[in-house]
Amino acid sequence: MTATGFALRTDGVGKRYRKGWALRDCTLDLPAGGVIALVGPNGAGKTTLLRLVVGLLAPSTGTVEVLGHDVADSTPQTLSRVGFLAQDHPLYRRFTVAEMLRFGRSCNLRFDQELAERRLAKRGIPLDRRAGTLSGGQQAQVALALALAKRPDLLVLDEPVASLDPLARHEFMQVLMGAVAEDGVTVLFSSHVVHELERVCDHLVVLDQGRVTLTGDIDTLLAEHRLLVGPRTTHDLDRSAAVVEAVHSDRHTTLLVRDGGLPAAPGWQARPVALEDLVLAYLRRSSEPSATVPSGVAA
Amino acid sequence: MFVFRLDTHSGVPPYLQLVQQVRQAVLLGFLQPGDRLPLIREVVEDLAINPNTVAKAYRQLEQENLVTGRPGQGTFVDEQQSPAMSASTYTSLRRGLATWLRRAYAAGLDEQAVDALVASVRQQTRSEDVA
Repeated sequence: MTATGFALRTDGVGKRYRKGWALRDCTLDLPAGGVIALVGPNGAGKTTLLRLVVGLLAPSTGTVEVLGHDVADSTPQTLSRVGFLAQDHPLYRRFTVAEMLRFGRSCNLRFDQELAERRLAKRGIPLDRRAGTLSGGQQAQVALALALAKRPDLLVLDEPVASLDPLARHEFMQVLMGAVAEDGVTVLFSSHVVHELERVCDHLVVLDQGRVTLTGDIDTLLAEHRLLVGPRTTHDLDRSAAVVEAVHSDRHTTLLVRDGGLPAAPGWQARPVALEDLVLAYLRRSSEPSATVPSGVAA
Repeated sequence: MFVFRLDTHSGVPPYLQLVQQVRQAVLLGFLQPGDRLPLIREVVEDLAINPNTVAKAYRQLEQENLVTGRPGQGTFVDEQQSPAMSASTYTSLRRGLATWLRRAYAAGLDEQAVDALVASVRQQTRSEDVA
């Protein structure tokens, strides 16, 4: 736990590359001690944000604060508290697993080699194999074990399970969630897959076209939103700020509303919304051409 | 040992699914007083689920006096102070429902239609209670 209780705070962060803004007006307060998912389509700015968090990039505007320290003033000590696992779990292919561990130990201020060896033994990964000869799932396990051996307070992972098959994905998440339970590490990971997020994260950040479109504690977000299904309405519901999305069929209208929204009129049924549907609705909304009128999809 | 499962498409938050599964198991007698729930770490490694979710579910179950956490030992099912219902009430409700279901199927409803009907009546009853 940090002094501030925040794993990550960003204030007005933007990042401009030569071809334009990859990230704009990003302001986030993300609590320590949980699992945070950063979700959005390819090209949304997820990798840029993660690289800003671990100090591999410097922001064009705004400030990034990790574990209570401005990333711009990073020291080896503050960096040693942050772990980063880049996309596709890069390893030195010709190194054996044991050599990777020795390399990790010599490059880090803090490195719990015994912990890493125990984790790998539990998964049946032999230390004398060259990294390049391991399966994709095993390579991911080695990379994760190395990152966790730093005993970071914050572990940042860029699309950690995107390239893995369902079984390897489950095994990866088992180890990652186990580390959250045992070591209390705060996890921030990106994903363009919204399926099954609900079981692994506490906190959600939805990023689209370089902007944050939704952020919050997942239980709160789910409690705040509901689906209202009722007779087709020609009413001006769509323009209400509380309506996230309206879908009309011949006789029915389905509204996704945020709390404080519409009073339940007779004939309307309220239903909870699944996280996946909630995320998709926000992504559809932000991809609409005009942001001024959040009108629905007319069928 | 009690085993949890998760339905990721139900729209019910995972912690609430865990809570409901313990409630049901206690009600139906699958969990008896003194039984130990799996450790948080065991649930986490089994389901690949966020530990905070499991902790939240266990906290809620404690608040409902269904279970008690004993530091260093685990979480145990309590002796229920006032059983939610007597065995005979349970049996009678179950029989009534079975009779009703057979009538519904005989009338040509399928499982989905039955679910929709139950949901609709439940909704109506709830709004009548509020009014």
